Amino acid sequence: MIDAIFTYEFLQNAFAAGLIIGVIAPLLGVFIVVRRLSLIADALSHVTLAGIAGSLYLSQSVAVFSALNPLFLGIAASVGGSVLIERLRTLYKHYEELAIPIILSAGIGFGAIFISLAQGFSNDLFGYLFGSVSAVSREDLLIVVAIAIVVLAFIVIFFKELFVLSFDDEYAKASGLPAKWIHFMFMIVTALVIAGSMRIVGILLVSSLMTIPVAAAMRVSKSFKQTITLSIIFGEASVIAGLISAFYFDLAPGGTIVVTSILLLLLVLIYKKIVVSVKRGVIA
Amino acid sequence: MDAPLIEIKDISFEYEETKALDNISMKVEKGDFLAILGPNGSGKSTLLKIMLGLIKPSKGSIKLFGVDSKNFKNREWIGYVSQKSNSFNSGFPATVKEVVAGGLAKKAGLFRRLPKTVDEDVLDALMSVGMEGFLERSISELSGGQQQRVFIARALVAKPKMLILDEPTVGIDHQNVQAFYDMLAALNREKNITLVMVTHDVDTVTDRISHVACLNQTIHFHGFKEQFQTLSDEERASWYGHSVRKIHHVGGGH
Repeated sequence: MIDAIFTYEFLQNAFAAGLIIGVIAPLLGVFIVVRRLSLIADALSHVTLAGIAGSLYLSQSVAVFSALNPLFLGIAASVGGSVLIERLRTLYKHYEELAIPIILSAGIGFGAIFISLAQGFSNDLFGYLFGSVSAVSREDLLIVVAIAIVVLAFIVIFFKELFVLSFDDEYAKASGLPAKWIHFMFMIVTALVIAGSMRIVGILLVSSLMTIPVAAAMRVSKSFKQTITLSIIFGEASVIAGLISAFYFDLAPGGTIVVTSILLLLLVLIYKKIVVSVKRGVIA
Repeated sequence: MDAPLIEIKDISFEYEETKALDNISMKVEKGDFLAILGPNGSGKSTLLKIMLGLIKPSKGSIKLFGVDSKNFKNREWIGYVSQKSNSFNSGFPATVKEVVAGGLAKKAGLFRRLPKTVDEDVLDALMSVGMEGFLERSISELSGGQQQRVFIARALVAKPKMLILDEPTVGIDHQNVQAFYDMLAALNREKNITLVMVTHDVDTVTDRISHVACLNQTIHFHGFKEQFQTLSDEERASWYGHSVRKIHHVGGGH
């Protein structure tokens, strides 16, 4: 495997991008989960699908788009979707969750139309839906690196504000923090991570890399910082094991990465159950 | 003479068609311990939200520390403690230390890290609410009363001049409510922190406070607690409105 990584550029791209995504997706995922925004990640990933499908369709008929990496239109759709979700949440103040099915359905709807209009990109589309080890280009990797820099900078700069906002948004607003703007930037950054992760994990599974490692970490963490550290460790373990198994068994990496993260979650749940039982036994 | 910490003039507020506050004027002076009393739906929480700048009144003006609230920048001078039930995600994976340190976010400022003295500041704040032994405990493992003390420590850590509390004893059992109000009275007395608190615990709280405001869309009474105590039950009931009955806590008889 290591020989193959040194030999083939596509494997280098896939592993480098995977390792980066293994950090940024669970890192942002911690904030998404504790703020109960997990379904927004799903909605944005489906909007990204519409952007990708639109770009693939346009590349068949418009010269400019044939040279354009579909990821760019995917990113644009994802960021646009995040802005629309926020507008809808403001519009339906008492039914904020309505924004999610509206945007999710719109994403699938537009995606289905573009896929029907353009025939003949089934292989490309399969890679975008479930991830691909072979399809990550050097350009894709550079986009992932750029997104990672933006995400890490955002989290480092606004960590204390994000923590307060996640824990208690009313308190954050009352204490004079610019909660609205930080939330808006958070949504944009989430859209970027989703678009950046989809080459490896796939559109349909990207939100799981942001939530399952966090779900596992939360069961055993004692603090917020520990939750972040463990989420990243579980995320990285899932990406590495998932990519290796995808390469050896010729499977879609999205599937192997997510199944690995589910197995890790199961192990953590069993471990926690044993620890609790032992403690109760000792106390009894 | 110092400017009032809060000065409200002719404030009104409506939720769509429903009037929540009608022409409210009041002042909170330095060192006051003010309890805002009133029935459910009387506009108490709305008034607090206006004081905190969370919502804007449809009419009237508000000054904080002598400055128009629109231009007031020193939000860290005001600590806020909301109702426990709607203040945070239960099960949030954070330690008491992390939660209390969050109270320094505004004071530290955007693009800046928390101060180097954060550990001592957090410990000091926890000591003033008797929770110093819970530093590394998970916030979700604590009882309602303990969590509320931690939230007061979070409000205190930035060394505010005033605390605003919205029904802080909701979800706390009666025995602990007494101790909770004793702690607030000590903060007011010993640290000279001005307190503004919305509460339903009329009988329990009266001994500890300095001022009372009775609110039911408009201010029906605002004055010293001694004046409030001389009023008959009938007079108090008339301010509260006909739908409200006075509750006497068992063992709380003040």
